[in-house]
Amino acid sequence: MTSLPTLAPPLSRLVGLLPKPPASVALTLLARRIAARHSEIVGRLGTHVNASFALDPTDLPVVMILTLPAGQPRIRLQKDASGADCRIAGKLSALLALVHGAVDGDALFFSRDLVIAGDTAAALALRNAIDNAELDLLEEIQHVAPPLARALAPIAAALERQTGVALRRASGVI
Amino acid sequence: MELVCPAGTPAALRAAVEAGAHSVYCGFADETNARNFPGLNFSPKELAEGVAFAHKHGAHVLVAINTFPRAGDESLWHRNIAAAEAAGADAVILADMGLLAYAAKNHPNLRRHLSVQAAAANPDIINFYGREFGVKRVVLPRVLTVAEIAAINRETPEVETEVFVFGGLCVMAEGRCSLSSYATGKSPNMNGVCSPATEVQYVEEGDELAARLGDFTIHRVGKDQPAPYPTLCKGCFTSGDQVGHIFEDAVSLNAQDILPQLAKAGVTALKIEGRQRSRSYVAQVVRSFRAAVDALAAGQPMPQGALAALSEGQATTTGAYAKTWR
Repeated sequence: MTSLPTLAPPLSRLVGLLPKPPASVALTLLARRIAARHSEIVGRLGTHVNASFALDPTDLPVVMILTLPAGQPRIRLQKDASGADCRIAGKLSALLALVHGAVDGDALFFSRDLVIAGDTAAALALRNAIDNAELDLLEEIQHVAPPLARALAPIAAALERQTGVALRRASGVI
Repeated sequence: MELVCPAGTPAALRAAVEAGAHSVYCGFADETNARNFPGLNFSPKELAEGVAFAHKHGAHVLVAINTFPRAGDESLWHRNIAAAEAAGADAVILADMGLLAYAAKNHPNLRRHLSVQAAAANPDIINFYGREFGVKRVVLPRVLTVAEIAAINRETPEVETEVFVFGGLCVMAEGRCSLSSYATGKSPNMNGVCSPATEVQYVEEGDELAARLGDFTIHRVGKDQPAPYPTLCKGCFTSGDQVGHIFEDAVSLNAQDILPQLAKAGVTALKIEGRQRSRSYVAQVVRSFRAAVDALAAGQPMPQGALAALSEGQATTTGAYAKTWR
């Protein structure tokens, strides 16, 4: 295992207290905006667009179930990965680093920091599609909720410096 | 020496170019290339954009069309050669002799390289490819020592050689391995996939992680052990009273330390494996090897890289170059 930081338990518990239905709606809105701005993501999923993906930050008490009915992302928060075709699991810091292109997915797999279960082909397709999209989640939030993004920007920068967690698109990669 | 770098996606192509690749190799999103993995590869439009980006930055793009066409369905391979030329690719990397003949006849101005999948490993066959099909460069299989590579280069003055220096290893005569076919019915030679992801299952069994390919459990690793790729050649098997990696250890090639010997052996180009890897991998490995190539050109010692974490098994080997395998 590498030295990816684990989310502090009090923060994790706080996330667990969030009401799941409104949080699911907010995440769905964000995912739809990302899919609209990066249409190649859905294209790269190919036939795997019909799969359901459990994105499981292992240091959080919730799992995100991503489905794409008619190519439109929908995220549902639930307590475990049950019912999903595949599960991609790792610390939140690992998943964020993957999204932001700061780490290599295979390297995380070799080191056991990333766990893949279920439909391996669907999981690979999603990983490759996301890697190609060169995402920056704060930029994406900026397009959904500009005031929130402005408020988060300095916090993200400080957290990134202190923890080493990739909260923005990795520099020097693209 | 020319550094030839992998790109499984347009983003990886840009990462490779910006990290210092002299050339980038990639393929179309279908079974004509040997990395036909879910979510990877290029459409003709993406390839044209990638070529334009690379050329703008002074880099070349080589297009791998290196599987073996199915009888009666050759048109897909033919169309992709035309698409590569239309996109402005600097060369195509081919393995099949029929396809080489087709390309030489119908696309004479498109430079032709011979893929590692053709397993050309001696001067006679390399000169044959050069003479008959106008092949300008051969990617050598990963089974040769440095001395053997030098011997080849002495006798093939009209054909350049390219050798792998980093990434996954195949121990088989490349293009002739049927292990994946045996387990799944699909092979890199015909379908562009070794151990296709549709046939792979990872299962946590207590503290162990089991990897299954088709109907076969090919290895189990303990909680803190590195996980290897789910390929049969890297599997851990019981044979007689021995348990171990019968075919090949789960390690990756890293020939950075022997670049001076490869240069002395007359090698033209150095290839990094890994079109299935992320843009982060591409950027890190390309940057490290570009620094090494530049140091070599300047007569400086090889810089010490730190690429083991990116390697399968988190360990590296100089492979056949030094012939120290057990």
